[in-house]
Amino acid sequence: MADRASQGIAPVTAGSSGGTGATAIRRVRRHYSLLTRRDKIVLALMVGIPLFFDLALIWGPTIVSIVFSFTNWNGIGGISGKNFIGLKNYDSLFTAYPFFWPALQHNLLWLAWLMFLATPVGVFLAVLLDREVRGTRIYQTIFYLPVVLSLAVIGIIWSLQYAPEQGFINNVLGRTSNNNLIDWLGDPSLNLWAALVATSWRHVGYIMVLYLAGLKAFDPALREAAKVDGASERQTFVHVVFPVMQPINVVIVVITTIEALRAFDIAFIINGGKNGLELLSTLITNNALSESNRVGFGSAIAVILLVISLGPIIAFLARMMREEKQ
Amino acid sequence: MTVAATVRPAESAHRRRRIRPRRLVLYGFLSAMALVWLFPLVWAIYTALRPYSDTQAHGYISTPSVLSIENFTNAWNQADFPRHYLNSLLVAVPAVIVTLIVASMVAFAVSRFSWRFNLLVLMLFTAGNLLPPQVIIVPLFRLYLLLPLPRLLSDNGLVYDQYLGIILINVVFQTGFCVFVLSNYMKTLSKELTEAALVDGASVFRIWGAVIMPLCRPALAALATLEFTFIYNDFFWGLILMKSGDKRPITSALNNLQGQFFTNTNLLAAGALLAAVPTILVFLALQRHFISGLSLGASKG
Repeated sequence: MADRASQGIAPVTAGSSGGTGATAIRRVRRHYSLLTRRDKIVLALMVGIPLFFDLALIWGPTIVSIVFSFTNWNGIGGISGKNFIGLKNYDSLFTAYPFFWPALQHNLLWLAWLMFLATPVGVFLAVLLDREVRGTRIYQTIFYLPVVLSLAVIGIIWSLQYAPEQGFINNVLGRTSNNNLIDWLGDPSLNLWAALVATSWRHVGYIMVLYLAGLKAFDPALREAAKVDGASERQTFVHVVFPVMQPINVVIVVITTIEALRAFDIAFIINGGKNGLELLSTLITNNALSESNRVGFGSAIAVILLVISLGPIIAFLARMMREEKQ
Repeated sequence: MTVAATVRPAESAHRRRRIRPRRLVLYGFLSAMALVWLFPLVWAIYTALRPYSDTQAHGYISTPSVLSIENFTNAWNQADFPRHYLNSLLVAVPAVIVTLIVASMVAFAVSRFSWRFNLLVLMLFTAGNLLPPQVIIVPLFRLYLLLPLPRLLSDNGLVYDQYLGIILINVVFQTGFCVFVLSNYMKTLSKELTEAALVDGASVFRIWGAVIMPLCRPALAALATLEFTFIYNDFFWGLILMKSGDKRPITSALNNLQGQFFTNTNLLAAGALLAAVPTILVFLALQRHFISGLSLGASKG
């Protein structure tokens, strides 16, 4: 593969954006001699070695996950034909396993919360801070400070708010005695919401930084023009700024979706992702990487997560391709 | 609130403008949000500074009779922080360096030379970085148990439960993001650079090292800052692929800390803050790089 690939290599020349059309072919030929044989080998290695690891450690396992999902392998001994049980794992996942639908529901709730609450707040803060606000740097620093913290640390910092007897919230509410305390992280009808608040603390700042960067690159002349035409600030944002920010909007939707599907750390640090905090991600590890060793079953959950993840991933790749063409 | 108060007279004195109520609402809202945002961290610091006996006697919402760093020293010793900080450094520093070198090479090759599989390669790396890690963890875990390593590099002869294994997966995973950012950045550099250097007889390796890399310094600085926090903050790989508790990086080790200090919130607060200190310092010192790294990832170049 390296050999065939290296034959097609030519330096990108001024004015050419890819390898299409007759002019590009002529250019390729013209500059062919500039690259020595050694150069081509070096370039092939520069891409080939990292690509090998990318395929071996990410895409290979992705495919093996799919294969595993059709087996009842428990991780002991090898896999033989006898282990293949068709769609049985999926069948019991959908019909018998009590945690699958709740976990999927929790992931979707996670997504909805981030998408319709946390992300808009982040965008809103970015829009506010993009105006001439005094001390804007200080506000920005405060809002994105949580972004540098790990989700594990965030889980612990928020457990100081939620702890039943020693936490801030219950102390403020006066609900710390045994008969009236609110078990924010232990009660399965509350702990998901508690985790969502904690995760939003970070997500809002993250989205704010990204959106602010986009707004900074926004052409102020457009805004001025809208103002001259008598548009209000809200109208300007809705009809001028927001549409122009389309590429950033796509990135933000993709990032928000991916974050919701990846959710794991906070749930795991709170209670191992059980008892109301089941997520697809924690079901995978709790089935396939625990003592029960249900490798095949856990992999079936991984495949479901993969299929859902392909949505935002394809959206992102489509954007990349569109930009590449321009 | 304080900001609004100081801004008002200054503005009216300078421009003799009427105080605009909308501005007041804006500053009021922003200040209130900022206070809410700071509160969990401030509360963690406050709790960590108070001895357990003090909070037991007076409750958690009370003015302190004593403040001390006793919880920090206790957490430091009981949870063996020096050990775990060292583990984090042993993983994060080599991982960041290798990631940036590898990613810059891939980005260089795909962005400076037109190539049949350019876009495909770029997409494989980018999409790989977007996958939830849990999708690949089961086979990856099995692979780590199978792959042999020479004894010189691994004390159990495997990739599993080794610093090298954690470094490897972090590098592979993060390379995707860095290739994406760096290739976008490199596309903005003048196309003639490569050509001129080639005409002058420079090898591609030299062009990468002596022409392109120096020009990418801003992007590399931003990515180094960002990747250090990403890898330092990784919880998942260290948790699953490192079995020995004493070899886990600090972020993954927090899982044990949570169980160990469960009954003493003050100690837990101190432990979490200690784990957060390196990233907070990096952020405050290199805020500009941190943010430009994030923005580079979101927009082109």
